[in-house]
Amino acid sequence: MSEGNTAAQSYAPGTHPDLPAPIRTTGPVAWVRMNLFSSPLNVALTLVAIGLLWWVMPPLFEWIVLDSVWTAESRKECWDKMEVPEGGACWAFIKDRLRLFVYGFYPQASRWRVNLSFVLLAMAVVPVLYDKMPGRKFGLWYAVAFPFIAGWLLVGGLGLTPVDTDQFGGILLTLIIGVTGISFSLPIGILLALGRRSKMPVMRILCVMFIEFIRGVPLIALLFIASSMLNFFLPPGTVFDLLIRVLIMVTLFAAAYIAEVVRGGLQGIPIGQFEAADSLGLTYVKAQMLIILPQALKISIPGIVNTFIGLYKDTTLVLIIGMLDPLGIGRASLADAVWAGLSREVYLFVALFFFVCCFSMSRYSLYLERKLHTGH
Amino acid sequence: MAVIAETGPDTRNLIARLWSNQQARSVIIQIVALTVVFAAFGFILRNVVINLENVGKEFNFSFFLYPAAYDITFSPFIEYSSRSTHLRAAVVGILNTMLVAACGIVLATIMGFIMGILRLSTNWLVNRLVYCFLEFTRNVPVLLHILFIHGLIVIQLPVPKMALNFADSFFLTNRGFYIPQPVWEPGAGIVAAAFVISVVFVVFFVRWAKKVQDETGRVYPVFLISTGAIVGATAVAFLAAGMPLSWSFPELKGFNFTGGLAIKPEFIALWLALSYYTSCFIAEIVRAGILAVSHGQTEAAYALGLRPNRTLQLIVIPQALRVIVPPLASQYLNLTKNSSLAIAIGYMDVVATVGGITLMQTGKEMETMMVVLLIYLTFSLVISGFMNWFNRKMMLVEREAKKKRAFFSFKTGTGEDS
Repeated sequence: MSEGNTAAQSYAPGTHPDLPAPIRTTGPVAWVRMNLFSSPLNVALTLVAIGLLWWVMPPLFEWIVLDSVWTAESRKECWDKMEVPEGGACWAFIKDRLRLFVYGFYPQASRWRVNLSFVLLAMAVVPVLYDKMPGRKFGLWYAVAFPFIAGWLLVGGLGLTPVDTDQFGGILLTLIIGVTGISFSLPIGILLALGRRSKMPVMRILCVMFIEFIRGVPLIALLFIASSMLNFFLPPGTVFDLLIRVLIMVTLFAAAYIAEVVRGGLQGIPIGQFEAADSLGLTYVKAQMLIILPQALKISIPGIVNTFIGLYKDTTLVLIIGMLDPLGIGRASLADAVWAGLSREVYLFVALFFFVCCFSMSRYSLYLERKLHTGH
Repeated sequence: MAVIAETGPDTRNLIARLWSNQQARSVIIQIVALTVVFAAFGFILRNVVINLENVGKEFNFSFFLYPAAYDITFSPFIEYSSRSTHLRAAVVGILNTMLVAACGIVLATIMGFIMGILRLSTNWLVNRLVYCFLEFTRNVPVLLHILFIHGLIVIQLPVPKMALNFADSFFLTNRGFYIPQPVWEPGAGIVAAAFVISVVFVVFFVRWAKKVQDETGRVYPVFLISTGAIVGATAVAFLAAGMPLSWSFPELKGFNFTGGLAIKPEFIALWLALSYYTSCFIAEIVRAGILAVSHGQTEAAYALGLRPNRTLQLIVIPQALRVIVPPLASQYLNLTKNSSLAIAIGYMDVVATVGGITLMQTGKEMETMMVVLLIYLTFSLVISGFMNWFNRKMMLVEREAKKKRAFFSFKTGTGEDS
């Protein structure tokens, strides 16, 4: 190892500079080899995937962007503007109906109230989501009060012109049902979960019966009950707004699912925590509030957010009992002879709206999970 | 605790003293809760009676025996005409719900498992592609999927005259899909009997093979023998009976097809939309289940000399199934409940028949909705019962191990594990 090896140098152990990685294991080529063409099966899968993308993406892109028409007065005008009739999306339709999609049939003159409650909603959501906000405590109290403030703003009375709830619609209606359901179902769900794990047999049985009944029937049946049957349950002559009935049903429905999720979280708390709380002499309420629930809710965050996302998506079901959420507005707009036949645009638009809302909720839950993860 | 110092007789009133006794307190709370609930029910019952009297309605179920006087266009199992009773309409509705739920569960499971495994693939492109599809589909309401697919079929597909034609036997039109229908001729009973007998044989064979494997470690090619037995026996019987099967092909007559099996667009839309929507949730469950089996298990199996497919079959899948089955059951329940959205596109399921048209025609809100709720509760009980049974079967091995350990620790007087 000595002769003819002039370049050879000797290094003390541990002082040799790092050599570059072998050329075949780094760089884009190696990445492609490892991730896309590592085995015959992978080669086949990659080719199928590329083929699928090639087949779907360019026409879709052309339809949505390149060949789309943004200004027109009717479907006919839209299609006349295109090189190939129906070859592109007619976004002019959505533009024309955008106000309907947002406000429903809310009176024109009072729409500032809707806008104001959207702004107030955004202000209420921020302190709930970000714990580093200055003055968060005040913000949280405001968030608790928000549903009532918004209710007064939207429905009117006490100085504002009253607006019938059957004029609510579109994104406004989705947000009303979604926000009410989310903010009221969580406390009710937690109470139900605690009741289900209570040592008192009567409480336990009542909670189990309620939860299992709600979970066993479809929401649409409950909504039918709300729309056709609930009036029979109330004293004669009581007139009860349909929207309120729907809100109650949606909230109870979500609460039963939340209860199951929270129960899962409660079961994940080791018994030592309960015993420790007892040995400190904490009352039941204090033990739950200070020791058990903070831990249990932390474990159940993914499930709770999933339930919220489900609830938010389920708000579309109100269209079956004749309320006009974005999907209902879209269906109603399709019945208009001027625009009829543009169902793809409508469905894509509504789908995008729900996707943005629900996807951001699920991303936020992931962020929260990471932030609260105190394990090793 | 400072309270300990006060040891004198408790001079507070009776209620306060009872309240500070834990047992008495829990009894009081329960009595109050029960009273409130019964009072609420009583109040509701009273209101119902008064309200029904006011509108002159009686509470009874006899309307189920009256003619329904409405048409149901999709009734693949039993005969139905508008002269049939409401009861028959309800049965058609129940069967339609069961049909779409069963078909949906099968397709959703297959698609979900495929997508869940693709999500675990090391192939970056496939992985991302499936991820995008899953996230988009999951975050859009199922009702929108149903309406979209229905719209796609009804608006985009051609009329029967210009149907998309596959080999002159499969036709896709906007009035439904038409496929060849098998027509059984006399002698088909033998084939069916052979099939049933071979299935029974396979059930016993699988049990026996498992027993042999547990006791001696000998492994039979169970899958090959089972498939061979079922296919072979059925094929032999089919040939021996003189091929008692012919096909009825759909044919275009006038404006629509006759013959063959017509699948309505409502059914297809509901079935496809429910399946791919639910399959996205199943895919995540499958992925989580497989990831939950630690890599050490696979390595241990390899160290024991098991081949990869045996490892998957004997080590990974049984353990993954244990994690997968409980959430899978709730997805099946969700699919069944979501099938009630049929009413939005006019598929006549139980909500659309009993809770929809029958309710409208008879004005019996209470009775019809009670029936609908009861039917769904029954579905839920049956599905969760079946899945619990399956779950118990999967859990069996672990339970026995636990029992043994408990027995052991009892004998030695040590061990107090959780």
